[in-house]
Amino acid sequence: MTKALKTTRRTLLKGAGAGGLLAASPLLGRFASAQSAAPIKIGFQQHSTGIGAAYGRWYGRTTEAALKMINDAGGINGRPVEIIAEDDGTDPKRGAEVVEKFSNQHGCDVAYGTLFSHVVIGSAPAAGEQKIPYFVVSEGHHVASGALNRYTLQPGITDVKSQVQAMAPYVSENLGKKVTMIFPDFAFGHDHRDFFTAAIEAQGGEVLEHIAVPPSETSFTKYFPKIPRETEVLYHVMVGPAVLTFVKELGEFFGPSSPAIFGFIDSLEAVDLASPGLEFLEGTYFWEGNPRYAQADQTEYDKAYRAAVGVDENGASVSDPSDVSTYAHMFGCWETLHIIKAGMEAADYQGPDDRQKLIEAVEAMTDMPESMEHPQGPKLFNGKTHQVFGVQYISRVENGRLVKVHTTSIDDTLYPDEVDYTTQSF
Amino acid sequence: MEFGPHLMLAILEGAVGASVLALTALGLSLVFGVMRVVNVAHGEFFMLGAVVAWFVANSIAGHPAIGFLAALAIAPLIAGAVAMLVDRLILKNVAYDPEATIVGTIGVLYILQQSALMIYGPEARPVEPPFSHRIALPWVEWGENGLAFFYPWGLSITSYKLFVIVAAIAILLAFWLVMSRTRLGLIMRATQMDRETALAFGIPVQRVYSIVFGFGAALAALAAVLIVPIQQAHYLMGHDPLLLSFIVVIIGGLGSVRGTIVAALLIGMSDGIISVFLSPTLSKIIATLLVALVLVFRPQGLFGKKMA
Repeated sequence: MTKALKTTRRTLLKGAGAGGLLAASPLLGRFASAQSAAPIKIGFQQHSTGIGAAYGRWYGRTTEAALKMINDAGGINGRPVEIIAEDDGTDPKRGAEVVEKFSNQHGCDVAYGTLFSHVVIGSAPAAGEQKIPYFVVSEGHHVASGALNRYTLQPGITDVKSQVQAMAPYVSENLGKKVTMIFPDFAFGHDHRDFFTAAIEAQGGEVLEHIAVPPSETSFTKYFPKIPRETEVLYHVMVGPAVLTFVKELGEFFGPSSPAIFGFIDSLEAVDLASPGLEFLEGTYFWEGNPRYAQADQTEYDKAYRAAVGVDENGASVSDPSDVSTYAHMFGCWETLHIIKAGMEAADYQGPDDRQKLIEAVEAMTDMPESMEHPQGPKLFNGKTHQVFGVQYISRVENGRLVKVHTTSIDDTLYPDEVDYTTQSF
Repeated sequence: MEFGPHLMLAILEGAVGASVLALTALGLSLVFGVMRVVNVAHGEFFMLGAVVAWFVANSIAGHPAIGFLAALAIAPLIAGAVAMLVDRLILKNVAYDPEATIVGTIGVLYILQQSALMIYGPEARPVEPPFSHRIALPWVEWGENGLAFFYPWGLSITSYKLFVIVAAIAILLAFWLVMSRTRLGLIMRATQMDRETALAFGIPVQRVYSIVFGFGAALAALAAVLIVPIQQAHYLMGHDPLLLSFIVVIIGGLGSVRGTIVAALLIGMSDGIISVFLSPTLSKIIATLLVALVLVFRPQGLFGKKMA
């Protein structure tokens, strides 16, 4: 009491603070009991700008569609789901900041949605520090290679190593054994370089030349003279805003006398196959994560998934036929969100305290049959390496459309484990 | 690829790069020469030209050549108008103080870039070339029957790329005529030589500044319209031209038209040749090293006049 008589501004503030705490504590209790009705927040690390912008746009649309489906079906554990999107500028440094923001500022339950491998590699340590589960949709081999941490998982899209390993037999049997590779000069491209070279050598083929192109490059003709004359197959994979220029200049360079061409559809994601200058692609082959054009044997799941995201049978937006999707990759967002839902339900996820339970629940997953949740095809999840495996597609350009000519099995894509994340502590 | 055809391809690629670079750098050099303003936003006027070209080309139906020609006329006008506005609103208000204009144009850089992002979006979009045919180029070889022509694998250029080179030369000639044979050029040169005396002789220096700043931006935009059928318009595309223009202008001598063109040829061609034979990164390293050497041994640039 005597102290209270000597009131200074400072003590008044202290008192007010204490009073505020007291007043807040019943509120805290009330919030805890009401938490089950609060939305589950999923932080979406989106490449809205920068070199990944075309992917970011379609990852966004797919995410919205999956979110709608999940919320229409009652959300997760009876709670609505909310997506909090933050632009990372397709930049590793900003990516890490975005992950921290999800955890500290937005109070997200999990982070999700990153595609570009350098951003994943830049952001994963932040996810580990913040102890926030980080579900990436990236294709990079860095998750399964053991380079990241227990908080980083890739359950919705297969990795480059398994993709190229499954392509090599087809390439060497049908197209040729002497290959020249052109790839972007960063982690994702290096995965292609390392694993395809090994895979084609295992098939008795060889890579004559590796041509690395910076992903921000805008002019490509200068790289092409390095393609050796005896090349039988040109293997190309490119990303970034200039992919159309890349493919066009490739056609201009070769003219009528080109080797067989096998590309990853990344080189033409979000690009209309009917663009002027791409006629030379007729008869060439592409890896597709998911066939862009609706195929003759289209499943009901693909049909419903297309309709939900707003993609027509040519792989473009239903509202704008010139707005071509990143169809070979964006299914990963749809599937990953459904895995987050399944994992949270299996773990009876209530809040950030249950994050470890969520990771353990996802690690326990194995078979994922083809379904509305997995419209791209059946999958097999490896809880030890945090990486999913699935079928791959090879398409041929026929009359300006990509027509599926080969589907690999999941077995074609498997390789020995390189890490066991489940032995790492949280 | 054999050495001969390889070199020829490198030279052709280098020539396309050099022509566009010469136009862009000339704009930067002109602005510095007359106004003593280092325009950091120059690359964004380049980008603006490309983006406007896309809008124009896409809003005009019919043959791609019509849209392209319209873009060639409209994009430099719009970029020039925006630049004149920048001059009136910003540069004039900081009294063309060298430091303040650098900071001011950095601000303009971000305003233009982010406005393009908001209005045009983050995509790279192509403008269809008015014409584009692949021209396979022959090469001579001493064969069994004496000298014989043959068409080496990969040695080709498109008719549009040739057009870019020719167009750039035509624009450079027109620029030279304007500067040396017209009253406008005379006034610009007078302002460049001595601002106070020009003012005393009744030259409206303020208006000349506006025109020069707009003219510089229009040159960058014109270069961008020429390149956009090859490279696509993108909101971040202004970065490289800005960097290369600075390199060119520093090597050639700030404010020297002749030096700018020679340096653009040097940098553009060496960029083409080195990046074809060795690596594109190495060509950037060499260009930057050249800048450092010029700054150390000839700070006024190859053709620049020593400042008093």
